[in-house]
Amino acid sequence: MPESIPKNSVGIVTPQTMKFDTPLPLDSGQTLNSYEIVYETYGKLNVDKTNAILICHALSGTHHAAGYHSMEDKRPGWWDTCIGPGKAIDTEKFYVVCPNNIGGCHGSTGPNHINPETGKYWGPDFPPLRVRDWVRSQACLADKLGIDQWAAVVGGSLGGMQVMRWSLEYPERLKHALVIASAMKLTAQNIAFNEVARTAIRSDDDYNDGYFLEKETIPKKGLALARMVGHLTYLTDGLMGEKFGRELRSGDFERGAYNEVQFQVESYLQYQGEKFSTTFDANTYIMLTRVLDYFDLAREYNNDPVEAFRNALCKFMVISFTTDWRFSPERSQEIKNALITAGKDVSYAEIDTAQGHDAFLLPIAPYIRVFASYMQRVAQEIT
Amino acid sequence: MSSVIRTDHDLLQQWIHAGSRVLDLGCGDGTLLKQLSQSKQIQGYGIENNRELIIAGIENGINILEQNLNDGLSNFPDNSFDTVLMTQAIQAMSRPAEVLDEMLRVGKECIVTFPNFGNWRARWHLAIKGRMPVTKQLDFEWYNTPNIHFCTVNDFEALCHQKGIRVLNRTMVSEQFPDNSLKQVLPNLFAQTAIYQLSK
Repeated sequence: MPESIPKNSVGIVTPQTMKFDTPLPLDSGQTLNSYEIVYETYGKLNVDKTNAILICHALSGTHHAAGYHSMEDKRPGWWDTCIGPGKAIDTEKFYVVCPNNIGGCHGSTGPNHINPETGKYWGPDFPPLRVRDWVRSQACLADKLGIDQWAAVVGGSLGGMQVMRWSLEYPERLKHALVIASAMKLTAQNIAFNEVARTAIRSDDDYNDGYFLEKETIPKKGLALARMVGHLTYLTDGLMGEKFGRELRSGDFERGAYNEVQFQVESYLQYQGEKFSTTFDANTYIMLTRVLDYFDLAREYNNDPVEAFRNALCKFMVISFTTDWRFSPERSQEIKNALITAGKDVSYAEIDTAQGHDAFLLPIAPYIRVFASYMQRVAQEIT
Repeated sequence: MSSVIRTDHDLLQQWIHAGSRVLDLGCGDGTLLKQLSQSKQIQGYGIENNRELIIAGIENGINILEQNLNDGLSNFPDNSFDTVLMTQAIQAMSRPAEVLDEMLRVGKECIVTFPNFGNWRARWHLAIKGRMPVTKQLDFEWYNTPNIHFCTVNDFEALCHQKGIRVLNRTMVSEQFPDNSLKQVLPNLFAQTAIYQLSK
């Protein structure tokens, strides 16, 4: 609980809901006839509506990117380190919009909502989505908010994929794209990790082929295991060594006695899995990992990233982290190189850190400085 | 570095075509690229690996790319830039000859500027004082200098000759003798900074 709201926090925020009755055509050929997007905003939209920033969240992100929902909140929003007055995304200059993507499980229409046509939970029958569907729905949200052009679209990891898609789908609707710890497509190893997570969920008897809400069960074990695997890949050997080492949480190695040992790292992973399993929808997790796997920026552009990026009109900032092995610097370099060859404006920074993929969420000084410098430039171009 | 206008920056601009694609290796805070984008409307990219300079480059509004030049330029296709330039940095490369090859592969033309170690002051240091030269321009001791591959004007031209590199143009700078033509006639002795325009 924050005893008092920090000065550089956006403070207490309240999520809003936007209802859409115009059908949303999806890449799968299906249509979402009506849907809701839950979102939060921070800062003030200027008169000309030119200072809006769109935040695209990653796999486990939500619309709650900054601030607190109440004084009882234990922690602020997931990107509070970067969004707030005087922070990298300065809410004194920008109007920040962060939606929960459709198919999510934190308020926007998704598998844990009732399908109005059947009166039952969508569950596993929620239409399969692609990154492009999210981008299209975010554009509909922008329309309703009266934002013709974002000053910048910003996202890390799966969020970065949305940012790149934005630059190709709606080139006139953003001036800057910040792509952080992302990739134009996942590697086989990455897809494999996602498949392990999906298998963990499916093999939980409480998953009930996805109809667990109807059957009033929750596949907590499967979800927890899926999260444990995922979480592991966001960290690094070095970082875990530093954070946990071989410290024991309980038990000992006394000879002549048996006291079962639990390492701190085991306890930590159990906690992360447990926490996640009570707040996340299993069908959403399966679908989101599929969205990640299926994403291939250049697929519709003859598999040529340069040809793809020729369609972009915005300027790009690409950031990667040296020890990120889930979205390695090589993936970001591919993005950067394609942009250069396509003749697009791009800057690139590779942040030296031990924090792995999670780094994009953390207050790492050189990262924040690079990020803030670029956002400063975005602010200067606002007319 | 940014507040002092470097004369090699001014002189090399004559060889940059308006609207061309320029890659600046070791671009520092991007002062030159910023000048060129204003004066010649170039599409410029700078490579740098110093964090503070990268941040300064972002603030300067240029395209700045973090990359270690000693790892090569393999991420850039052949002839993908009109001009690849490197000012006052080739002497800090671990393999300067390979860097030159790479510059000429990626760029249709190249511009290289470097401190001339054959300058009379450097010779004076070594010959009379018996010490490695430390000058205002090269303010490092031998043990802490990033400049590990010094050369003279003659050395550089010998390398170009050996590699079959065409010298399209050259000009010399001397702060000591700004108006003296000696630096053009006897560059190896009088030039402080040498500026070369090269092609394959």
